[in-house]
Amino acid sequence: MMKIEIRNGRVIDPANNIDAITPLFISDGKVIALGQAPAGFMAEQIIDASNRLVLPGLVDLQARLREPGLEHKGTIASETHAAAAAGITTLCCPPDTDPVLDTESVAEQMRQRAHSAGYARVIPLGALTAGLKGEQLAEMQTLKDAGCVAMSNARQPIINTLVLRRAMEYAATLGLTVVLHPEDPFLASNGCIHEGAVSTRLGLPGIPECAEVIAIGRDLRLVEQTGVRAHFATLSSARAVEMVAKARARGVPVTADVSMQQLYLTEMDVNYFNSLCHVRPPFRTQRDRDGLRAALSDGVLGAICSDHQPHDLDAKLAPFAATEPGSSGLETLLPLALRLAEEKVLSLSQAIARVTCDPARIFGIDAGSLSIGTRADLCIVDPQARWTISDKTLRSRGKNSPFLGWELSGRVTHTLLEGRVVYQL
Amino acid sequence: MYTNNIQFDAQGNLRHFLSIEGLRREKLVEILDLAESFANIGDQAVKKVPLLRGKTIVNLFFETSTRTRTTFELAAKRLSADVLNINIATSATSKGESLLDMLHNLEAMHCDMFVVRHFDSGAAHFIAQHVAPHISVINAGDGRHAHPTQGMLDAFTIRRHKGDFAKLRVAIVGDILHSRVARSEIHALTTLGTAEVRVIGPKTLIPKEIGTLGVHVYHDMAEGLQDADVVIMLRLQKERMTGALLPSEHEYFINYGLTEEKLACAKPDAIVMHPGPINRGVEIDSAVADGPQSVILEQVSNGIAVRMAVMSMVLGRQQSGELEG
Repeated sequence: MMKIEIRNGRVIDPANNIDAITPLFISDGKVIALGQAPAGFMAEQIIDASNRLVLPGLVDLQARLREPGLEHKGTIASETHAAAAAGITTLCCPPDTDPVLDTESVAEQMRQRAHSAGYARVIPLGALTAGLKGEQLAEMQTLKDAGCVAMSNARQPIINTLVLRRAMEYAATLGLTVVLHPEDPFLASNGCIHEGAVSTRLGLPGIPECAEVIAIGRDLRLVEQTGVRAHFATLSSARAVEMVAKARARGVPVTADVSMQQLYLTEMDVNYFNSLCHVRPPFRTQRDRDGLRAALSDGVLGAICSDHQPHDLDAKLAPFAATEPGSSGLETLLPLALRLAEEKVLSLSQAIARVTCDPARIFGIDAGSLSIGTRADLCIVDPQARWTISDKTLRSRGKNSPFLGWELSGRVTHTLLEGRVVYQL
Repeated sequence: MYTNNIQFDAQGNLRHFLSIEGLRREKLVEILDLAESFANIGDQAVKKVPLLRGKTIVNLFFETSTRTRTTFELAAKRLSADVLNINIATSATSKGESLLDMLHNLEAMHCDMFVVRHFDSGAAHFIAQHVAPHISVINAGDGRHAHPTQGMLDAFTIRRHKGDFAKLRVAIVGDILHSRVARSEIHALTTLGTAEVRVIGPKTLIPKEIGTLGVHVYHDMAEGLQDADVVIMLRLQKERMTGALLPSEHEYFINYGLTEEKLACAKPDAIVMHPGPINRGVEIDSAVADGPQSVILEQVSNGIAVRMAVMSMVLGRQQSGELEG
């Protein structure tokens, strides 16, 4: 294995409270030293990171790669390549693939595909119920053994509260984390946008804020009752986040994340039927966006995910309600995290923590830090480099970013996965 | 890319007519004035003007309609355009053809204008964003979003009867939530400077944020009709009886059906309007629908004049001098 020295870079490793311009030494796929070269270390490759940041590889808790099942939207190879270009080295993938990720063979297949593509580590999230139908428990022990770090019913609701309670109890028995997407399916109905001023103006069926609030209320009670470790994914409302904060204060074992898109966009961005802003849960109000940002800085929202959902062009080419929800998010994750620091929502170190060590800790993944002896997953970023988000600059097969046309700072120049350069600008 | 000004061409002329929102008062008055010049054409021996001779207009209806389609067709014919009616009552994709593919096929037949009705809100905007540069789109109703020619013809009818909008109190009654007509009327009336626009209905049929459009909300019919100059009744779709929006037609009529008794709360000279088709005994009593204050049938004839005005304005952009004649 290659011996690499990264020199002159500003190493920021929030997990170890490091923020210093210092050389970093890699050997056998691991970080072996910071500052002083170990005795006898002879670098085979030297990367000059002057004026650049050296960060742990990003850890993304929600990214759909579309394989198996929807390969016309993206493949494990195409999307992990985009991830590498975005500095993301670990991706957690929800189980709503086709076939559903409720058997070890699908989990195994995904990991193998990712391994042979070689750009990023793919960690499957197992189905909580068989076929995500919300009726029968999935074989969680088998899925855990196949490498699933948590169980999720993706965005499929579990309407039957008894089934949800038992799924939580069973997951708790196995020490598994349950990932929840709170949304009351009856209140959400056929909605496609936040129910509010914009839905009223455009005559689009809305998803009220209470669809999230009521579902999270139910889920929190069951989490408390069963003692399962639960993680709420991609929250959208200030009130839901307040409820998580209160539950955490009572000692309920819950964590939560938010998608990067939710921290920047609101219902107003739908403007005149902009289908790129058709997402689930929907972008809500300015007040919600501010509440999400506040919860991020006080740690109630412990992670920011990409909520990556690449689409083919046709999926967004129809009248708004007929388009498919979701946005392509991998490649804007890091630049927009840096911007949160610029906008003083978080310190730079906090902003990086929310996309590296914090999400890794939530799912208990060994990643997201530059600790000595850990796998050398890292990225080198030119924080000054400005680039425009466009269908040309995005490497993901999904060009459906709501940030098309935005000029952002921060370009990844190198990404290393286990000490191997998997991307270089 | 996704802004409202796709309604205008580079010179600031109206290229598409998609929604009233975003149009200035002067533009609306211009449409009303032009419609006035067409209003009596139906009484003449020769009911045609040659303004759009040689133009081809396609009525593209993804949702069934009699009144709107017919009046658009008549309006186009009175402007001497050629008209093609395409009804796709079932979905466009029923034969596996996408909406865009279908549009591109029609474009290839050298049409000049699409008059579109579609069940999805935003469909007309979507089509306008993707048509060839020589084609104009008129929204004949998209989902719950807008029905701008209906909004304009209602404003036209009100102006003919009542004159100055700044002195008027207009009440819109019924299913505001699902009504594209209500949204377009609200935009038309507020843009034209109406003193007060009210909406009346049960909470299940009035969006919580409707106040952001500049209207006052009433749940009590008598209170809402107090001193109204204009009462606009909306059609109550039969399917609203499912989905727990209302208990029954009967109970709806008790609370929100327009009877002579309730109409007495409005000003004595108030006019009664309805975009049609009416459900007698559900939202309106026959005695009122056919009574002396009703201008419902007039709305239909005015619809032709307003649609002529919009079509000639949009398609006559290059030869706008001819329109004066």
